[in-house]
Amino acid sequence: MTRQELQNKILSFPIETSFAETEVETQYLTTDVSAKNTHALISELKNNSDTYFDYLFCQTGIDFPEHMEVLFHLRSTTHLHEIVVRAKIDDRENPIIDSVYDLYKTAEYHEREIFDLFGVKFNNHPDLRRLFLDDDWEGYPLRKDYVDEINIVEL
Amino acid sequence: MSVKEVQNSKESQEYFVNMGPQHPSTHGVLRLLLTLDGETITNVEPHLGYIHRSIEKMCERDSYQQIVHLTDRMDYLSCHMNNEAVCLAVEKGLEMEIPERVKVIRTIISELTRLSSHQLWWGVMGMDLGAITSFLYGFRDREMITDIFEETCGARLTMNYNIPGGLMFDIPSNFQTKVKEFIIHFRKKLPEYDQLMTNNIIFRNRTEGVGILTKEDAISYGVTGPSGRASGWNNDIRKIKPYSAYDRVEFKEITYTKGDSFARYKVRIDEMWESMNIIEQLIDNIPEGNYKEKTRVVIKLPKTEIYQSVETARGELGVYINSDGKKSPYRVKFRSPGLSNLNALNSMAKGGKIADLVTIMSTIDLVIPDIDR
Repeated sequence: MTRQELQNKILSFPIETSFAETEVETQYLTTDVSAKNTHALISELKNNSDTYFDYLFCQTGIDFPEHMEVLFHLRSTTHLHEIVVRAKIDDRENPIIDSVYDLYKTAEYHEREIFDLFGVKFNNHPDLRRLFLDDDWEGYPLRKDYVDEINIVEL
Repeated sequence: MSVKEVQNSKESQEYFVNMGPQHPSTHGVLRLLLTLDGETITNVEPHLGYIHRSIEKMCERDSYQQIVHLTDRMDYLSCHMNNEAVCLAVEKGLEMEIPERVKVIRTIISELTRLSSHQLWWGVMGMDLGAITSFLYGFRDREMITDIFEETCGARLTMNYNIPGGLMFDIPSNFQTKVKEFIIHFRKKLPEYDQLMTNNIIFRNRTEGVGILTKEDAISYGVTGPSGRASGWNNDIRKIKPYSAYDRVEFKEITYTKGDSFARYKVRIDEMWESMNIIEQLIDNIPEGNYKEKTRVVIKLPKTEIYQSVETARGELGVYINSDGKKSPYRVKFRSPGLSNLNALNSMAKGGKIADLVTIMSTIDLVIPDIDR
């Protein structure tokens, strides 16, 4: 599907989504969604035969001053179209979002990584532990306000 | 209980064994916590982070030119492709046109890197399974590529040749002859690989039907690269989203359907032939022109989001850059192929024996710094 068709299709879903109006066209079609609707939207995107996004190729956390974002890059292996789902979590201190592990098994490690480095908690994740850092590590290093006492990055 | 009673009792007890972090078959510092029932594996739990360097955090401090030089420390066997991914992303952000000469040279260099990575994988895989000769064969042929890299960029391992805007230096005058010499040499030597390993009955017994990954699982786990293609999933980024000069060369995307260790092995062997085909199509047709486009000393991307993926020797490497218009990116994420491929290890190894786990680990070709970043 073309971008416009895809956009219309997603707007026809019974889930509250929006598309940001930008002057310059973004690389991928990007849909904004709130944290509580994210799982429903991605589930619909995967199971609808017209969209059929069956491959989650990247899952990223981003820390902004006021909120936290989790990005889902999805691709369909049959239609070959791509989309970015941008989930906005308002509570930056204790971010919580539903896991998509039941839809994509690759989310297991991606979500553990985001939990490890950003402190985003994923509901219904089978095994939410730190992935890279020690279990007793304090703080979440990729947050912008993280203070590293040894300052290894600035050295 | 006497020995006889233990032997007759039907109850078994699970026990745990740590494989790694210092184990030759993990090819780096990876610890696998195995749950065993006798010799049968019931669960594999990888423990990561032994060489986590937080490259993504460092990228938030660095300029775009500096980021390029961090990426070859991730998957050190696919340095040029990693560098290329960042360069392509930055060039996309700057909306920059790259000289044709650069595109062609980048493609040749990438394919040489893929060859050298697969050669090393082949040698090491043989050694994991107990065949030391293959290690020597692999390194003998890899040496010629390493020499070519040394002449182009001065390094034999963590090579830096790509920069945003082009290449660091022009190719040396003997580049084409050396590459052609290598291709002639390796076309003769690659059939030896088949003689030594592919048609060896012991090797076949240890790989065929071992560690099966279905196509559905491959997609769900995001297992890309040769490992995913062995399960019948066409996921080659060079075909799906061609970059550099891949749109003008003809090559086959190698896929097998069985999804076992032998299929993963065959994909890589066949890919070496295809890489040589690609290089032969380009090596005599390198266009004249600049080897780099001028960029500003301080590169500032506009406020934008970029995702660029390339096909490394291990699968799809994605670079996500979120820029807020400053000289350093706001957030960089590397979608490393190794992490997703490792994720599927448990489902492949469950129910097998410990020796099979070594086979599976070799055929999904893990590079640990790529996983840990």
